[in-house]
Amino acid sequence: MNESFFFIASLLPELVKGLQITLEISLVSFILGLGLAVILLPLRIYAPLPFSTLSRGYVELFRGTPLLVQLLLIYFGLPSLGLKLDAYTACVIAISLNSAAYQSEILRSAVKSIPEMQFLAAESLGFSTLQTYRHVILPQTLRTAIPALVNEMVTLVKESSLASVLGVVELTRRGEYLVAYTFRALEVYVAVALIYLAACTILSQAARGLEKKLRIPGYEKGVV
Amino acid sequence: MEQVLRVEGLKASYGGQEVLHGVNLTVQRGEKVVIMGPSGSGKSTLLKCIVHLIKPKSGRIILDGEDLSDGGVDLKKVRAKTGFVFQQYNLFPHMNVLRNLTLPLEVVKKVPRSEAEARALQLLKAFGLEEFAYKYPLQLSGGQQQRVAIARALIMDPVLLLLDEPTSALDPELRREVLETLVDIAKQGRSMLIVTHELDFAEAAADRILLMDKGVIVEEGEPWELLYRPKSEMARRFLVEIRAVVHHKPKS
Repeated sequence: MNESFFFIASLLPELVKGLQITLEISLVSFILGLGLAVILLPLRIYAPLPFSTLSRGYVELFRGTPLLVQLLLIYFGLPSLGLKLDAYTACVIAISLNSAAYQSEILRSAVKSIPEMQFLAAESLGFSTLQTYRHVILPQTLRTAIPALVNEMVTLVKESSLASVLGVVELTRRGEYLVAYTFRALEVYVAVALIYLAACTILSQAARGLEKKLRIPGYEKGVV
Repeated sequence: MEQVLRVEGLKASYGGQEVLHGVNLTVQRGEKVVIMGPSGSGKSTLLKCIVHLIKPKSGRIILDGEDLSDGGVDLKKVRAKTGFVFQQYNLFPHMNVLRNLTLPLEVVKKVPRSEAEARALQLLKAFGLEEFAYKYPLQLSGGQQQRVAIARALIMDPVLLLLDEPTSALDPELRREVLETLVDIAKQGRSMLIVTHELDFAEAAADRILLMDKGVIVEEGEPWELLYRPKSEMARRFLVEIRAVVHHKPKS
C-alpha cells in the first residue's frame, strides 16, 4: 500500500504536464464557445425567422450528436474537403463548437429570467436593440448564468479527455503512456482520476467566489 | 400655444383585446396633464403607445412636430426626446446610480463620459441623491429608486416627460418624497403627462385632468372643475371611490 502511494506520487510531475494541456484545451474552448454563444444568443431572441431557425439548428446539431463523432469528423473528415488540421487545433475547434451550442442554451434560459421591463426601460431611453443587448441584457444574463457556465467549464475539463483519441497528449493520454511503460493501470488511472477531481473541485470553488464577487449589490435582500 | 403632443383617434390592443378605442388628446408645451381612471381603463397602454413601447393599431401621434405614424420616422430618436418613468422604476440593477444616469447620455446622445458624469452628479445633487451615486439600485428604498428613475428620464432633457403611476408601487411614507420631486419638476415648466391617482398632486400640479374609462377619455377639465364639479356620473363614482381609498390610508 505504502509502495503504491509512493508510486502514484512519483507519477504526478509527469501527469501535471498533461493537466496543463487539458486545462489549456478546455479553457480556450470554453472562451471561444462563450464568444460564439454570445453572438448566437441575440440571433435566437431577436432575429427574424431564417436566422433564429439557423441558430436553433446549430444547437440541435451539436447537442444531438456525440462529441467524439464531432471530433472524428473534424480531424479525419475535413481533410477530404481539403482542410487538414493538426490534432490539437481540431480538438479545440470541435470542443468550442460543441460547447457554444450548450452555452447558448444556458444563456437563453438566463435571458428569460430578466424582466421584460428591462428591455422596455432601455427602449424608452432610445437604445437600439443592439445597445440594449450589449449594455443591459448581456451583462445581467452573464451574471445569472455564472453557475451554469462553470458547470459547463467543468464538463469541458472532463470531456477534453476525448482529445486523447486523436493523440493529443493531455492528461488521459499521458496516463495511457505511463501505463504502457509501467504496466500498472490501476495506480496510474487512479492518479489520473484524482487529478481530474482536484482540478474540477478547485474550479467549482473558484466559481463560487466569482459568483459572490459579481453578484448585483442589494440583490440578496429583495426582488428585482 | 405650441403643442408638444397631439394624439388623434388612437386605437390599440393588448393581449388580443382592444383596450384603446380612439383616444384624442393634446399636451401644450409646458403643460402638466394628469390622466386618471379605474384600473384597466387603458391609461398605461395609452402612455406606452405614445412612444410606441406598445405599437398602436391605428390613429396618429404627433410628438414635437414629428408624425410617428409616418413609417420613416426613427423611433429611437423620438424616444430619446421623451422621458418615461415606470411604475416599477426599472433601473438597471447591475450598474450604480451614477452609471444608470450616464449610460443613456453616452450611448444615445454620445456625450463624453466625463461630461456625462459631471451632468449626472449635478442632477443627483439637485435631487438630494448625491450620497447614493455609487450605490446600486437594489440597495436603495423604493422612493429613492423612483427618484433616480425620474433623474434618469430628466437627464436626457426630454421635451415631454411621461410618468406611468410613479407612486403606485410605493408605501405611503415613501410617496411624499417622490411627489415633492415631481411638484418641483412641474414648477420648472417641463411638459408632463402623468398617470396617477394622487388627487393632492393632481390638484397642486396639473393644468388639466383627463378621466379615462374603458379605453376612451370620458371627461376632461381643470383640476378644480373635474375634482369638485364633475359632469359625468362615471367621474362622480370614480372620485367617490378613490377618495374613500385615500381616507382609509394611514396618514403619513
